[in-house]
Amino acid sequence: MSFEPKNPVVKWVDHRLPIFGMLHHALYDYPTPKNLSYWWTFGSLAGFMLVVQIVTGIVLSMHYTAHVDLAFNSVEHIMRDVNYGWLLRYMHANGASMFFIVVYLHIFRGLYYGSYKAPRELLWWLGLVIFLLMMATAFMGYVLPWGQMSFWGATVITNLFGAIPVVGDTIVTWLWGGFSVDNPTLNRFFSLHYLLPFVIAGVVILHIWALHHHGSNNPTGIEIKDKQDSIPFHPYYTIKDLFGMGIFLIFFSAFLFYAPNYLGHPDNYIPANPLVTPAHIVPEWYFLPFYAILRAVPDKLGGVLLMFGAIAVLFALPWLDKSRVRSARFRPIYKQLFWIFVIDCVILTYVGGKPAEEPYILIGRLATVYYFLHILVLLPLVGLFEKHKPLPASISEAVLDKKPAAEGASNA
Amino acid sequence: MTTTTPVEEDGVKRRDFLYVAAGGVGAVGTAMAIWPFIDQMNPSADVLALSTTEVDLSAIDEGSEVTAVWQGKPVFIRHRTAEEIKAAEDVDVATLPDPQADEDRVQNPEWLIMLGICTHLGCVPLKEAGDFNGWFCPCHGSHYDTSGRIRKGPAPLNLAVPPYTFIDDGNVVKIG
Repeated sequence: MSFEPKNPVVKWVDHRLPIFGMLHHALYDYPTPKNLSYWWTFGSLAGFMLVVQIVTGIVLSMHYTAHVDLAFNSVEHIMRDVNYGWLLRYMHANGASMFFIVVYLHIFRGLYYGSYKAPRELLWWLGLVIFLLMMATAFMGYVLPWGQMSFWGATVITNLFGAIPVVGDTIVTWLWGGFSVDNPTLNRFFSLHYLLPFVIAGVVILHIWALHHHGSNNPTGIEIKDKQDSIPFHPYYTIKDLFGMGIFLIFFSAFLFYAPNYLGHPDNYIPANPLVTPAHIVPEWYFLPFYAILRAVPDKLGGVLLMFGAIAVLFALPWLDKSRVRSARFRPIYKQLFWIFVIDCVILTYVGGKPAEEPYILIGRLATVYYFLHILVLLPLVGLFEKHKPLPASISEAVLDKKPAAEGASNA
Repeated sequence: MTTTTPVEEDGVKRRDFLYVAAGGVGAVGTAMAIWPFIDQMNPSADVLALSTTEVDLSAIDEGSEVTAVWQGKPVFIRHRTAEEIKAAEDVDVATLPDPQADEDRVQNPEWLIMLGICTHLGCVPLKEAGDFNGWFCPCHGSHYDTSGRIRKGPAPLNLAVPPYTFIDDGNVVKIG
């Protein structure tokens, strides 16, 4: 199915700049495995959330003032005076959480179905780069309202770089633009918070480019072999993604309209005070697992290294996982390990939100050890020793086999 | 593949209805979602709260003028002399580019209250200047008379008169 436009204007443009043909190929006749489940909807939902964050963010910046004396009040001005300002700000604040929910599900989908394996290693890397950029953007965005959590979050996170030997203090002073978190810090965070989403958008384009080169992975983990295995992206997956988006928007709206502050911290409605730290300081929920790993180590540098290491090891995943089979559907042992790993991440999230006292310290340490054990030891070993279930010959065969299997026939 | 959908006599299928209904709901929903992003650029509540300005007139001597600020715009409040009033009233209205009698521009002839914004491209005219001893806009050379009416130059209209009322026995003017 090549692109043959009938509209003369489209024809004229496409002959000189084949942008319509490119879009047609990417969104219309892009051959997609015909067995994608709703776990494959989170990619387009993540793209949608990036757009929501950029659009609401641009609008909010029309009313926000990045200055230590004015920032807090300008956010209240948005909430009280600006037409629909409350809606736009709540969309943006909850939108960040929704973006992370969608992206975490997207990442775990990739882990379960082995989407990071050859030839999709760079696709996986680009995804991790997006994830890192998202974390930086979200962190700096949380500083902008200049409440107590903003201020102390900024202080704690920037101080992480103080753990670097020799040059640590110099780097922290450089990050702050002074000797404490203050107006220069707020100004540069606003600048970067505005910039990074567009960098993310650029990496997303590379991510999609890499994706479309070899095509999507699928629940069987088997590549498309012939025409029967695939269907065009439109209308099948455009409609499926739109339906998924509808369900997701209901979930988003539930937070937006009924619990807009549930995922935030009340302390951030207190203006920043550089002289008093809140009694219980925790990052936003999406940073909690990494915060738990940071606190699990009773050493400043060690904690920081392990926390960044938790993400760094994910880059090595395509080579640590030795299995020739992609999908956990055919990997009985890995499937169990995967779910234990999910539970481990949930425990880390839970512990990260608790005060640094027993039993949470011990639980956090055990969960941290298991996190690295899973990725660095269990994953390579299970790939070597696991006996996988028989693979179907093709995606098409797997789909057609489903029916007898459901009726109780052998899946051999 | 053949469809089993019943075709109505006028050729409209149930599927056509579903397409239009789904598209309609989508279009209305999208429009409703877009509206807050447009409306946020309209004046906010704190800006609307600044929609009136009160000025004490007792301190303005005859023949002098103050410039007040109303909604961020300059408002000329001129305590006119008898000569200025006479000059304004003696003009043959029919000869003016924007015909308007002086009495239609003031509530009390002593007080000329109007926006200090040239109707050409928005500059602030200079007082007691120009060929008619009224106002002269330095940007593109528009001449206004002692009633603030355009007499010569590129401006199309007289200087605008804002809504205002005299309160506190005429000692204070409330603009807006």
